[in-house]
Amino acid sequence: MVSAALSLRPSAPVPAAAAGLNLDVEHVSHAFQLEGAPLPVLDDVSFSAEPGAFVALLGPSGCGKSTLLRLVAGLDPPTAGRLAVDGEPIAAPDPSRILVFQDPTLYPWRTVEANVSLGLEARGLLKAQRRRVGDALSLVGLSGFASAYPRQLSGGMAQRVALARALVNEPRLLLLDEPLGKLDSLTRITMQGEILKLWQDARFTALLVTHDVEEALFLAQRVIVFSERPARIKADVTVDVPYPRHRGDPRLAELRHHLLGLLGLDATW
Amino acid sequence: MTHQLIETAHLDGVPRSDRGHALRRPLWRSGLTSGLLWLSAGAYAGLVPDVDDFAYTREFAVGLAAIGGLLVLAALAGPVAGLRLKALRHWGPWLLVLPLGLIAWEAVTAKLELLPRPFFVPPQALLEVYLDDWPKLGLSVVASLKLLAWGYVIGAAVGVTLGVSIGWWRVAGYWAHPVLRFIGPLPATAWLPVAFFLFPSSWSASVFLLALATGFPVTILTWSGIASVNKDYYDIARTLGASERFLVLKVAIPAALPHVFVGLFMGLGTSFAVLVVAEMLGVKAGLGWYLQWAQGWAAYANMYAALLVMALMCSSLVTLLFRLRDRTLAWQKELVRW
Repeated sequence: MVSAALSLRPSAPVPAAAAGLNLDVEHVSHAFQLEGAPLPVLDDVSFSAEPGAFVALLGPSGCGKSTLLRLVAGLDPPTAGRLAVDGEPIAAPDPSRILVFQDPTLYPWRTVEANVSLGLEARGLLKAQRRRVGDALSLVGLSGFASAYPRQLSGGMAQRVALARALVNEPRLLLLDEPLGKLDSLTRITMQGEILKLWQDARFTALLVTHDVEEALFLAQRVIVFSERPARIKADVTVDVPYPRHRGDPRLAELRHHLLGLLGLDATW
Repeated sequence: MTHQLIETAHLDGVPRSDRGHALRRPLWRSGLTSGLLWLSAGAYAGLVPDVDDFAYTREFAVGLAAIGGLLVLAALAGPVAGLRLKALRHWGPWLLVLPLGLIAWEAVTAKLELLPRPFFVPPQALLEVYLDDWPKLGLSVVASLKLLAWGYVIGAAVGVTLGVSIGWWRVAGYWAHPVLRFIGPLPATAWLPVAFFLFPSSWSASVFLLALATGFPVTILTWSGIASVNKDYYDIARTLGASERFLVLKVAIPAALPHVFVGLFMGLGTSFAVLVVAEMLGVKAGLGWYLQWAQGWAAYANMYAALLVMALMCSSLVTLLFRLRDRTLAWQKELVRW
């Protein structure tokens, strides 16, 4: 199991490279109904993510980034505007676009293996493709924990299971909603590296919501900065640093300063 | 990361190291004492004459003495043979107190007759009922179990179905909620007169009452279980391609199961009450009817004997339900032990 945890090399059983989806978000606005009055959360948001891109959405917490991910997942329709993947409008949830929440939200009555199988089971593919469950578990280094229950896992392990549960479906667009937000900082650094490897191997398009500037810069090719609620796009910053990146890279530090400035948080720089 | 995996992996099922075998096990003293007490209880019952003629005094005395003999044997031979007698040792204090209680009971009834007859009976009178009247008692148990099973299973099935429907479909909730609030708190036994003339037989009326008594708590608890399911469970399943059928059967119901079991326990309790009342008032079979019949004949020994059997039956059924729950909800961390 320990060796499996380290075997995140490209030769590991990676889901067959399904090319990432192209995402278009065009003039999307969204509002919640709060006690009868509309509460705007997204204000005319437009951007695109080309297939296989890693885009981070950065902004103050509660600004509406997570809402945007729910719209992309197809869980809610936008109040105005258009969302499309590969030119097709997003109308409903689809297993090609999978959301990973901040909380692992594993099903506590299912074993780790049964949690990971859920997508295949729901679509009636489990019998034919059961092998992929084991592959996904070894991909996140948890082969030895197939029969464990979620309550027996640490926070980091549970979030790895949640990743495996998403990856087993070979998503072409992975939506990560602060997936590392509740982990301790050491586990977070480890898992940032793991997410990067998974993305590099499987080449899905990744959309990461975060309020951690360093995380956004370490992982993403582009960082889109949002304002306070209602969220509007403040800046679209390209991270022109090749992978593998080093956290101490002076260019990353420079970009970090720039992003903190955009967020109005550079007073202590 | 490997460190993190190892440090935080605390899986159950790791065998605890055994404490190692002692070379000489100590004599089980309290076992020996209680064995002797059982023997004395047997001697008291068998050797001191009864005030009146009781049929099975000798058998009763022999039975007590036999238990005493076995306990003495276990206490003496157990350690030598290397047996740990763990279960028996656990019940040690009970084994000490029980014979004392039996001696006292025997004294105030059969030997000294301090308590008025026929309301108070000696223990051998209960033995007489079990030895002579077991076919009728046995048939009563079977009849009670059959009636209870029909009513309870129907009630539980309807309750779960109704609870899930109300929790899942807004329309079902709209129509069912006021009805449940209005009718639900009414004790099922209040329906008894109506049920007995609406149904073709008192048996089917009793099944209906039992189902009603079980169904209400199961419905309410299932409903609240479904309503309290974490909404993210549905969102995740939907993005993974789940149909509505899958959401109900594989997400909502398993998530609500802990609540459902609370409802099943409550339903079982109320169904016992309804069972006895229905058997006493309508159905001419079962333990409730046996109780009624025994009272009619002033056969108090039969009454006590039937009460004991009924306690055993109810307790066993509750135990069975606990077992089922423990198996079904093995994924939960902490469960009340029965």
